[in-house]
Amino acid sequence: MSTQVPEQTEEESSADTESQSQSAAQQARMEKKRDRAAQRDQQREAEEAEREFSEDGTYLLKVFRYDPEIAGKQEPRFDEFHVPYHTGMTVLDALMYARDEYDSSLTFRHSCRQAVCGSDALFVNGRQRLGCKTQLSDLEEPVRIEPLPHQEVVKDLVVDMEHFYDQMHAVEPYFQTNDLPEGEQLQSRENREKIKMSTRCIWCGACMSSCNIAAGDNKYLGPAAINKAYRFTMDEREGEDMKEHRMKIMEQEHGVWRCQTQFSCTEVCPKDIPLTEHIQELKREAVKNNLKFW
Amino acid sequence: MHEHDVIVVGAGGAGLRAAIAAQEEGADVAIVSKLHPVRSHTGAAEGGINAALREGDSWEKHAYDTMKGSDYLGDAPAIETLCKDSPEEVIQLEHWGLAFSRDEDGRMSQRPFGGMSFPRTTYAGAETGHQLLHTMYEQLVKRGIQVYDEWYVTRLAVSDEEDPTDRECHGVVAYDIKSGGLDAFRARDGVILATGGPGQVFDHTTNAVANTGDGPAMAYRAGVPLEDMEFIQFHPTTLPSTGVLITEGVRGEGGILYNENGERFMFEYGYANNDGELASRDVVSRAELTEVNAGRGIEDEYVHLDMRHLGEERIIDRLENIVHLAEDFEGVDPLEQPMPVKPGQHYAMGGIETDENGETCISGLYAAGECACASVHGSNRLGGNALPELTVFGKRAGQHAAGGDLGTAKIETGKRGDWETGEVDTPVEPGDVSAPGEDVVADGSGGTTTSSGGSLSPEKYVQRALDTERERVESLLEKDEGRQHAEIRADVQKSMTRNVNVFREEAGLKQALRDIRDAREKYQDVYVADKSSTFNTDLIQTIETRNVLDLAEAITLGALARDEFRGAHWRKENQERRDEVWLKHTMLSWEDGRPDLWYRPVVLEGENKTYEPKVRSY
Ligand SMILES: Cc1cc2nc3c(=O)[nH]c(=O)nc-3n(C[C@H](O)[C@H](O)[C@H](O)COP(=O)(O)OP(=O)(O)OC[C@H]3O[C@@H](n4cnc5c(N)ncnc54)[C@H](O)[C@@H]3O)c2cc1C
Ligand code: SF4
Ligand code: FES
Repeated sequence: MSTQVPEQTEEESSADTESQSQSAAQQARMEKKRDRAAQRDQQREAEEAEREFSEDGTYLLKVFRYDPEIAGKQEPRFDEFHVPYHTGMTVLDALMYARDEYDSSLTFRHSCRQAVCGSDALFVNGRQRLGCKTQLSDLEEPVRIEPLPHQEVVKDLVVDMEHFYDQMHAVEPYFQTNDLPEGEQLQSRENREKIKMSTRCIWCGACMSSCNIAAGDNKYLGPAAINKAYRFTMDEREGEDMKEHRMKIMEQEHGVWRCQTQFSCTEVCPKDIPLTEHIQELKREAVKNNLKFW
Repeated sequence: MHEHDVIVVGAGGAGLRAAIAAQEEGADVAIVSKLHPVRSHTGAAEGGINAALREGDSWEKHAYDTMKGSDYLGDAPAIETLCKDSPEEVIQLEHWGLAFSRDEDGRMSQRPFGGMSFPRTTYAGAETGHQLLHTMYEQLVKRGIQVYDEWYVTRLAVSDEEDPTDRECHGVVAYDIKSGGLDAFRARDGVILATGGPGQVFDHTTNAVANTGDGPAMAYRAGVPLEDMEFIQFHPTTLPSTGVLITEGVRGEGGILYNENGERFMFEYGYANNDGELASRDVVSRAELTEVNAGRGIEDEYVHLDMRHLGEERIIDRLENIVHLAEDFEGVDPLEQPMPVKPGQHYAMGGIETDENGETCISGLYAAGECACASVHGSNRLGGNALPELTVFGKRAGQHAAGGDLGTAKIETGKRGDWETGEVDTPVEPGDVSAPGEDVVADGSGGTTTSSGGSLSPEKYVQRALDTERERVESLLEKDEGRQHAEIRADVQKSMTRNVNVFREEAGLKQALRDIRDAREKYQDVYVADKSSTFNTDLIQTIETRNVLDLAEAITLGALARDEFRGAHWRKENQERRDEVWLKHTMLSWEDGRPDLWYRPVVLEGENKTYEPKVRSY
């Protein structure tokens, strides 16, 4: 169970609903493409022989499909696409190929193709990953591609990100300080180093989607928003007053104390941000703070 | 109909800065963007922001370097504005919390960059653009500026006087991607275009999939000239399968380029006997393509960039992120194997003609960032000069649109002041394939309405633009068969990469124009297979493809007209800079569905001095 479609929450995404939905024309085009690709690949066979992929040089994708208003797609299903493989091909490349060559209605977000825009966090073979940062050759075939779990599906692989954005916005995610100098503020190298990893977040939502607590408690700020707060709380340029103010936000009912240290967020974060560590550190900071006031 | 004082189209560095400035000036401002702001391609910039901040440096030196780098095709008032305002803008970013890298003493770090006489490139690790984008978005959240995200702007609502310089912009029409409705946005004071680069005109680019040049294409069709479109920067080391950029730093640290025979071709074939791998971007790119064309490329496509000899320790210490890039995006471990690289489209120096306040010749219409041409980069952009352009000109456009007083601009726009007509011999008729004035709804160029000669109210113009777009979208969705945009776009992208790359010769450029014409004809039959009104990316991309066609043509026309070698533009027939003829900007205006070529002289008179063209050699 991985995906939520509005209204029909439970039974839809069981793996067996796969349908052979491609039209005859698509099949024919796919055949042709495959032939051509196979020809091309023959030339490269020598080098690629040790590489593991199916014999005709294609990868089989099973892609989740759903559209709330198109007959035949209202019932979620999986479509199969055979995509010709080339060295270096990513999951995103494969999806783009499938869309451009076989079915132009296949829908997913993507833009940068280099893991900075955070658009294409997907559920690939049962794990949250960025499509553009995942090599097909690292995956078992068939490659199963679904939208991020625990978020409402808008269409195919597109999920509604509003809740994620709301949580990000809820932690006063902007720099604030009470005393600004005329020129630049100074910051020590150590302090910059301390916040560095936390500034790398690309708002992909993978962590939130992997988190059991967030799935159960809709108000839980979630790992990305807490990490955002960490980024400012630990920034020495903001000053002590601000730090106290920020800790109050973190200590609220749906803040840091909800985290049960399961590490799933840290495992899936494509930017390698030590999320659980950051949350733990804020908890320790909170304890320290409370002792101070007692 | 939505209504605001200022509408900003796009939410990359330029759009965000413009919105903040407009609000500070007291305007009710909203951003309309096809991507959520943090998805914008500004996030991909790595190297840094140039700003003369330190003792021993000055804005004058920065301006001199930039003018020289532009190969004397930048306009002095724009360059000087950039260099004067950049330090203040960098401090502003620091005050907004941007996590710049720091020196031992706690001040922001700066590093040397190609073409800069002082190490003034201020950076945040290898992710300056990411930090800049997120820092500015944070400020947007703080100020509660409204964002219509995942709304795709399809048309500008501009009045219809005969002469473009008499026209006025009253708003935009946009399509709500999530739910599929078109709506109008009336802008009482101004519209600012900040739609980014047009990298998708080429099939191999460091730009994002969303960088389709929508802003320039819409402005062009509304009557604003496109300036210096032929100047496209190619980066010599991009990964073949994705176009992901491998920084110059690899060669800076000692990385070596090899061809298929294992020859160090930069030296062995004499492309750059002194600088070798460290020669400028265009020289290295041309060398690589020459090797491939001579049959010495690997898989007839790329060359190898090898850094294994640097040793694991040094690589991990200085170039760790490159190891990840090569692994993640190319499936190659650069500690074990050389990396495949080839030239890729990287940056467009040209764009929507503006003055140094960001205003176009149509009043109330502004442009800033990579989609605009003020012009600061002339024929070649120096690394680290695009990010300051976003903040400096984004801010000015925002202020000016909101009624701020920036003084009279020195740069002329539109066919005013000094200009001359141009001519270019094309193998096929460029522009719309149908006769001028004919009703061409599907490709967004026409509409059923006749000109009112400027007599309608602003609301009427906005409503009319909305009606036209409704017809267009309906007609695209109505058709049940025809051609799909992906095929048309791919054909043009391939032709552009083949014919309008770092090597440009007359025959190839003419071939590209034929291919574009062919694509325009095919586009007449385009249809959208996906009929859904939910997140219809098929429809969006089909509309984008029309924009790609217009920009491809403008780039190629400029490249064909300019028979000289200047900056990033190289012509086989004339391999030198020809100041006697070509110290002027290439301008293209869309007139009744046809591109009209003309020229405007470069402004070399700065505030305190006149820049003298010198030979560009480093
Ligand atoms: C890999 C890479 C590295 C770079 N490194 C550097 C560097 O180190 N230093 C430097 O100075 N420069 C660098 N550059 C160049 C610089 O990053 C870009 O020129 C700059 O970021 C462009 O910013 P922008 O705001 O103009 O556009 P973008 O950031 O591309 O934003 C465009 C915005 O417009 C919106 N948009 C587009 N079309 C529409 C439409 N039709 N309707 C609604 N919204 C629309 C998009 O949603 C997006 O929000 C680099 C570029 C690349 C590609
Ligand atoms: S913390 Fe990591 S996984 Fe979570 S949104 Fe940010 S980048 Fe994505
Ligand atoms: S496409 Fe931008 S993160 Fe993958």
